[in-house]
Order: sequence, then structure tokens, then C-alpha cells
Amino acid sequence: MSDDLSDLYQELILDHKRRPRNFREMPDATRTVDGHNPLCGDQLRLFVKIEAGQIVDVSFLGAGCAISMASASMLTEALQGQTVEAAQELFATVHDVLTSDHPRTDPLDLGSLGVLSGVHNYPSRVKCATLSWHTLNTALTSTDDVVTTE
Amino acid sequence: MMSAVIQAAPKAGWDVEGVRREFPILDQEVHGHPLAYLDNAATTQKPRVVIEAMDRYYRHDNANVHRGVHSLAERATAGLEGARETVRRYINARSTREIVFLRGSTEAINLVASSLGRSFQAGDEVIISALEHHANIIPWQLLREQAGIVLRVLPITPAGELDLTALPALFNARTRLLAVSHVSNALGTINPVETLIAAARDRGVPVLLDGAQAMPHLRVDVQALDCDFYCFSGHKLFGPTGIGVLYGREERLAAMPPYQGGGEMIRSVSFEKTTFAGLPHKFEAGTPDIAGAIGLGRAIEYLEALDWPAAQAYEDDLLRHATQQLQGVPGLRIIGQARDKVAVVSFVVEGVHPHDMGTILDRRGLAVRAGHHCAMPVMSFYGVPATTRASMAFYNTHEEIDRLVAGLQQARELLV
Repeated sequence: MSDDLSDLYQELILDHKRRPRNFREMPDATRTVDGHNPLCGDQLRLFVKIEAGQIVDVSFLGAGCAISMASASMLTEALQGQTVEAAQELFATVHDVLTSDHPRTDPLDLGSLGVLSGVHNYPSRVKCATLSWHTLNTALTSTDDVVTTE
Repeated sequence: MMSAVIQAAPKAGWDVEGVRREFPILDQEVHGHPLAYLDNAATTQKPRVVIEAMDRYYRHDNANVHRGVHSLAERATAGLEGARETVRRYINARSTREIVFLRGSTEAINLVASSLGRSFQAGDEVIISALEHHANIIPWQLLREQAGIVLRVLPITPAGELDLTALPALFNARTRLLAVSHVSNALGTINPVETLIAAARDRGVPVLLDGAQAMPHLRVDVQALDCDFYCFSGHKLFGPTGIGVLYGREERLAAMPPYQGGGEMIRSVSFEKTTFAGLPHKFEAGTPDIAGAIGLGRAIEYLEALDWPAAQAYEDDLLRHATQQLQGVPGLRIIGQARDKVAVVSFVVEGVHPHDMGTILDRRGLAVRAGHHCAMPVMSFYGVPATTRASMAFYNTHEEIDRLVAGLQQARELLV
């Protein structure tokens, strides 16, 4: 690919953009939180179903750029069946990898989520990738039902 | 012999390469590609003469204005007031008393909403349009909260033009102001301001025009327009940021209370009574942006020396070329197809979000805007969250448009 965009638009990200996973409503979700990036208008609604400290289902709906949609799609895949505790740890790790100049975790150790780390070279796009993760964190740690990246 | 050749040449059109040389910032590479700056509706670039005038002011003349008796203070004052006269001449105001220096169009509209708005009663009405930038929506919403005014909105047609058929019904005995943009920032539509002003005048309603997007493309004569207020920002007119202008018809401004209090705007002060300065200083509390005003004045002098008919014909040609080329991109929809437009094209491409588009184009050295352009009601009207906007100036080239089109094709190949 020309013009050095391959670090951002990796094949896996494009695949999730074209075919978002778990892109559906969940009427029986235990937590439904809206995430909004007012800067670019990206919006998503994250549905999480928690039973006995475990995420038994997670899905989303929304509209936004390739990065925000792919990030949300990959999030839902990564979290199916995880404990709430593990999900919170994963949020902290992903957030660190996406936003820190010297992340504590090697992106390679993040598995397929590591492809999101490419946004680090595109400062104006970091919020696109973190939107769904902030929305998840709000779903797990607060009673708010709206979160913005501002 | 050479001169004979030159004379024999047809009357030159627009020397875009010569113009580009006057704008130092254009001569650079971004991500290894020559910069193609197509975000002029956000801010324009500055000619060398503007940068030099501001540099010279700070190196030689910097002092506070109006109060000092020393030489530097006199030079700074002459620079500021000279710039005011340049602005007056450029927009053909009757007097420099009608030229208020502010931070930009946003502050100018806030001034009118705060100051003129102080005389508005609950139930009084202000008409705006569905094409407005947030700067001409929110000050009126704040006034609505504060004073209980009613906001009426002139709708737009699918082409992105004001729906004039809806205008007569919006006026009534409580209408206190018509406030509309001269040119839409999101779509580039040139509004029929003469018609709007005539309709308002027939009913004795004053008119404010937000000229932020019009000034870089059109020559404006406030007396010919016969509007009551006209505002614009320096940085969109090839001048610096932080400076802008409110033109107000003198009798209107004279009847309005001050906007902010402080130094520069008084004649005498005691704890019992303060007498305000005359126009325009009544509206200029605090030390003004002297260097900014000087830079704006120099930008206007630069514009005055341009061959405007040639510049406008060139921009029209750029717009035609861009519109034609963009329409050839599969899945591309141009948002806003008014008959009268400045050189701005807003569009969406199926399967490519504007933010991805912005990033992909940036990697090819192309600077465009992706977003809602501070005109979210316009985006809602078209049912899109955002658009990509290419906004041109007289220093852009056909080749840059071709590069834009190639970039769009690449974005489609990558993401769709």
C-alpha cells in the first residue's frame, strides 16, 4: 500500500470495518451505554450482558469511521465470556497501548487487538479507536449511560 | 524584441504560480508530497506582506495605542487607525466610526446579540437560516434563554439554497432582526442577500450578514447592500487570526449600549458615572489586537491590488473543474448544489467515512476538512454525520484538484 497508511488500515481492521462482528441490538442487555465523539460525530451504542461477574454477551450498533467501527467490533470479540475484572484490565491495557508514548505492554502481546496500536502515529485518530473502550469502561464501572470523548 | 512578444500575448488570465510565490507556506512537502491546501474555508494562508507587516510592527513600532504621547505610541496608533481606514475603504463604509475591531465574526455576532439584544423583549423574534454556522445560531439561543426571544429559521431546499418562498411568513410585528450568512461555510452557497435585505427593509427589520465566508471570494460594498451589520474574520481573508470586523450602520451602533467595559472605551470615569467613548471605541474595551489589525489592513491592501475579475473567473473555473471531476468518482455525492456557489465542494463517498478520508488524503499532502463544519443542522438536513469539504482559494491549482480526485480513488480502493 502506498503512502504509509498500512500501519493504520491493517487488513484485520478493514475486515472488521467491512464486516463488523456482533453488530446487533441486545434487548436484554444489563448495561446499555452510548458513546459519542462530538469532534467527528462518531456514535455507538454498546450492549453488555453481565451474569455473576461474567460478560455473557456484548454487542454494538453505531456509525463512524473505519477505526472506530473496527475497534468496537474487535472489542466485542475480545470480551465475549470474559470476567468483568479481566475486561477492566483489558481496557487499561488497550488504553495504555493506544495513548501512551511508552506503553507498559508490547502491542504484540495484545493479540489481534494489537493492530489498533497503529493509531498512535495518527494523533487526531486516537479518540476514534478509544471511543468503544471508554464506552465499555463506563458500562462496567459507573451508572452513567452516556460517555463522550471530550 | 522581448517586450513585443509580451505585448503580443493575450491578456493574461490569472498568474497562479506568481500568486503562490507570495504565500511562503505553500512551498512545503507534507508526508513527502507537495502541500495542496484545500481547507481555506477553515482558514486561509497569509501572503508574505502580511507576515512582514506584523513582524515589522513588533520589531519597530510596538506600543499601546491612543494614550501615549511618545513616538512609538503614535506609530502604533497610526497603524491601527490606518488599518481601520483600509477596512472602511474596502467595504465602502461611510465612516471609520462604523468599523469595530473584534476577535472575529463570532465575537461580532455575540456583540450584536448582547448589545442590540438588550433592547429585545420576551416574544420578540429573530430570523436566522438553516444554513448557519453555529456562530450565528448559539448567540441567539443564549439570548432566547436570557430574554425569551423567539428564533425563526428560514429552511433550505435539497440543493442547499435558502427557501425564499418560506420567508414572508417568518416576518411579523415582533421581528427585530434578520441574521443570515452571506455565504454558507459548509456548502459554499452564495445566499441572495439583496433579496433578503429588500424583504427585511420593506418591513423595517434590520439585517445582519455573517460575511466570514463571503469576503475571501466576493467584493462586498456595505452601502450597496444596504445592510445594518456585516461581520467577517481576518484569518479567513488572508490576514491573521485574532482579528475581525463588525461593520454597523452608524445610527444603529450609536444607539446600542457597550458590549464590554474597560479601558479604551471611556471618556471619563468616576465611581458615580462613566461617560463612554464615541464610535467605534465604545465597543473596543481593552487593548486591541494592534498587530492583528495591521496584518489585516495589509492583507486587504494585497487584495486591493489583485485583478479581481480574473481571480473570480479563475476560482469559478476551479469550482467547475472540481465539481466535474468529483462527480466522476463512483459513490460520491456532492452535498449542496446551489446555482450560486463559491469555490467550496462538500461531499460524501459511500463506504468511506470523512475522517478516514481526511487521514488518507493527508498522507498524500492534501489538506481538507472532515467533519460537521460547525453546521450540525445542515448535516442533519442531509442525513449525514459529516462531510469532506474541499474549499479553494485563488492560489489553488487544477492539478491539486486532480490529486484530490486520485486520493479519493485510493481511499475507495482501500476502504470500500
